[in-house]
This record gives sequence, C-alpha cells and structure tokens, in this order.
Amino acid sequence: MNERVRLLVGTKKGAFILESDAARRDWSMRGPLCEGTAIHDMIVDPVSGAILAGGGSAWYGPSVWRSDDGGTTWSHSSAGMTYGDDQPAVVTVWSLATTPDGAILAGVEPAGLFRSEDGGATWAHVEGLTNHPTRPTWGPGAGGLIAHTIIPHPTDPARTWVGISAVGVFETRDGGASWEPRNVGVRAEFNPEDRFPVTGQCVHKFALAAGEPETLYQRNHCGVYRSDDGSETWQEITGNLPTDFGFSLVAHPRDPATCWVIPLSAPEEGRFMPDAHAAVWRTRDRGAAWTRSDDGLPTHDAYLSVLREAMARDTLDPVGIAFGTGTGQLWNSADEGDSWRMITDTLPEIWAVEAVVIGG
Amino acid sequence: MAIVLLPGSLIALFPGTARRHVVEGGTVGAVIVALDRSVPGLRDRLVEAGPRLRPHINVFVDGQPADLATNVPPEATIHVLPAVSGG
Repeated sequence: MNERVRLLVGTKKGAFILESDAARRDWSMRGPLCEGTAIHDMIVDPVSGAILAGGGSAWYGPSVWRSDDGGTTWSHSSAGMTYGDDQPAVVTVWSLATTPDGAILAGVEPAGLFRSEDGGATWAHVEGLTNHPTRPTWGPGAGGLIAHTIIPHPTDPARTWVGISAVGVFETRDGGASWEPRNVGVRAEFNPEDRFPVTGQCVHKFALAAGEPETLYQRNHCGVYRSDDGSETWQEITGNLPTDFGFSLVAHPRDPATCWVIPLSAPEEGRFMPDAHAAVWRTRDRGAAWTRSDDGLPTHDAYLSVLREAMARDTLDPVGIAFGTGTGQLWNSADEGDSWRMITDTLPEIWAVEAVVIGG
Repeated sequence: MAIVLLPGSLIALFPGTARRHVVEGGTVGAVIVALDRSVPGLRDRLVEAGPRLRPHINVFVDGQPADLATNVPPEATIHVLPAVSGG
C-alpha cells in the first residue's frame, strides 16, 4: 500500500495542492497555482486523472483550468462560455463536475450550466436550465446568483441535480433539456409570505448518500434536510444542531447514514462558528441525531467561517475530513472527525477543498 | 501594423507568449482577434459578451482610452492594462 492523499485547495488568490501519506499528519504544499485566479471549486476527473479548477479573475474573466500532470502545468479556457452577446456576461465559474459519460459540467455566475465534451477546451450552454419558466423570478443570494452544486446521477446519465442560490435544487431527467424544481419541504424563512415556495430556497450544498442514489442530504440557509425519494421531497433533519445556518456538507463515501456539517451563526450574527467554538457536527443515523466533534479545534475565540465547497472527505478507511476557513486555516481529521489537526493557518481566503486518494 | 504591449499578468496565462506583438487590424477589436490567432484564448481573457472589453481591462491607443470600436492608425502603439483593482 502506497496510498497518498491530495488536498486541492481553491483560494481567493489561486490554487494550492497539499500532499500527505495515508497517515495524513505531515503535508507538503505547492502553490499558488492558476496564476492567482480566484478558484471556487476543484475536482479530479476520475477517468483521466486530470485536476480541474474553476474560478475567475476580476481582470480576465471566468476560466476552467486543467492539469494533466498533477498540477505542474496548466491550461485554461472559457471558449463558448457565454449566453450570447445580448445577454449578461458570465462572470466566474463556481462549480465543476464530471459526468458518467465523460463530459464536464460547469456552474457559473450569473446562474447557468455549461457542458464540455472535450475535456474543458470548449463549452456549450445547457439552455434548458437557464430557460426554465421560473427564471425571471430567480434572485441572488449574498454570494450572487450562482449555479453551484452539480451532482450527476451515478448510474443514469440522463439525470443531474444542480443547486442555484437563492433559487433551490433543480433536477433534469432528460439530459438537461428540461428541469424541475426539487424543493418540496424546504423552508424559506426569509420569505414569510410563502415559507414553502416552488423556488426561492437558498440551497447551500447537497450530496448523495453512498450507494443510495435516491438519498440526498442538503445543507440549506434554513436547516439541514434529507430526501429519500431522489429529491422529490425533503424532510428536515436539523434536529439538535446548534443553528439553522451553515454552508458546507459532506457525505461519507461508504456509509449512507453518515454525513458532516459545520453549523454557523445566523446570517445577521456573523456567520461564524457558534459562540466562537469551532466544531464539525456528524450524524451516523441519517440526521436523527448530531454529535459535536471539536477535539483539537479551538473552543473559544474562534471566529471562523467555512464556505460551501470548503469541506471535503477522502475515501480512505477511516475517512479523512478537511475543511478550510475564510481566514486561511486548513484543518483535517484522519479519523472521521473524532480529532482534528491544523495543517496551516496562513493560506488566503479558502473557497474550496477537495480530497483525493492517489497511488495505492 | 500596430505594436501591442500586453501586461505581465496576461502573458503569464499563456506561457511563452511575448509582451510585444506587431499586429494588423483596423480597430482594437480586430487587433485582438488577430492576436487571438497567434495566442489562442487571449480574446476570451480581454473581451466579454457584448462584445465589449472586460470591465477591468483598459486599452489605450497612442495614449488615448479606447474600446473595441476604436480605430487603430498605422504604426499605432496599443497598451493593454489591467485596472488597479483587487484586494
């Protein structure tokens, strides 16, 4: 066994790649990569092994970066990433995903989805999502009107879920031609005239349960939810979490009953870890109960925030969890969240963390 | 033929690209299209939907502020500069 773990870290000022052996205690670091472009999401194409990074530059616009040599050299493109010359310009890329049939999907701001069939060299607009009949009613969250979480169905290439802030979850079952809102049961407390609208929910992140493609967990502006019917309906599982609010969520790679969230204080109360006590919360029973995990994390004066893509898990046993903060600290656990160590506290503002096992 | 001077932060996106280029084109937009032929992808870094120059990109033709439609006289010198912005 010679497995190693890479953490791909997207920051306001470029990408960083950290690497450790399976113990996940001592890390090397490379960066900044991608020429200082703000990176909002990083993934690895499971087929080619390419590292993909999505983001944008205030000067030079949106881009998807690709490295086929482990992050040593990079290319970038946004060719075709436009709604047309009479439409708003695409500002930046917020999310990336690969599909079972070998394509790459990119979620952008203003909210929309683009698809690449050539490894990211050129992009085509997935018009069905942007042309949804509810589009005139879509409104931005604090981070803008953005398409973020993208989850292709693991076995059905015609199905994909996308999260749009602050609009909600959408699903296509026909390869992107048409989309349906999937927000039944999700609260929108900021809309007191209709707390359960068809769209207008502020989805922050969602993930598939391991081995159960019809079970999803959702981190929302207003609570945490689980769907057992492929997103048709959602049940709230906020339960004993200390607050309704937070951005990040990751699901266990093998146990469909386990996931992790990082609750934050209410939007009007700072959006940092409640009581300035750093903690990750884990459920082992599909959200029936949550347990605070803070061994090794600062329990006072920790005014930390963690954004939607800034927590990740690897696939080793036990599973490793890592999260990055808005103030540049990167933490990891090599024991499924039982204990934590700080890897570094000197990175730029962290937007994205991805954990990948290589070798073996 | 115009002389085009590109900023360091832009040529860093295209390793091996020179800062100084000699390019044919009657307008700034045409010059950028010509540049894109020798540096594929460069136009997308400077031009957004509209088409128009990206909001934080400034172009000067012989020292005067320009947009994509600005005429480029023969022997003109074109500076492309990123705005002083960021944090």
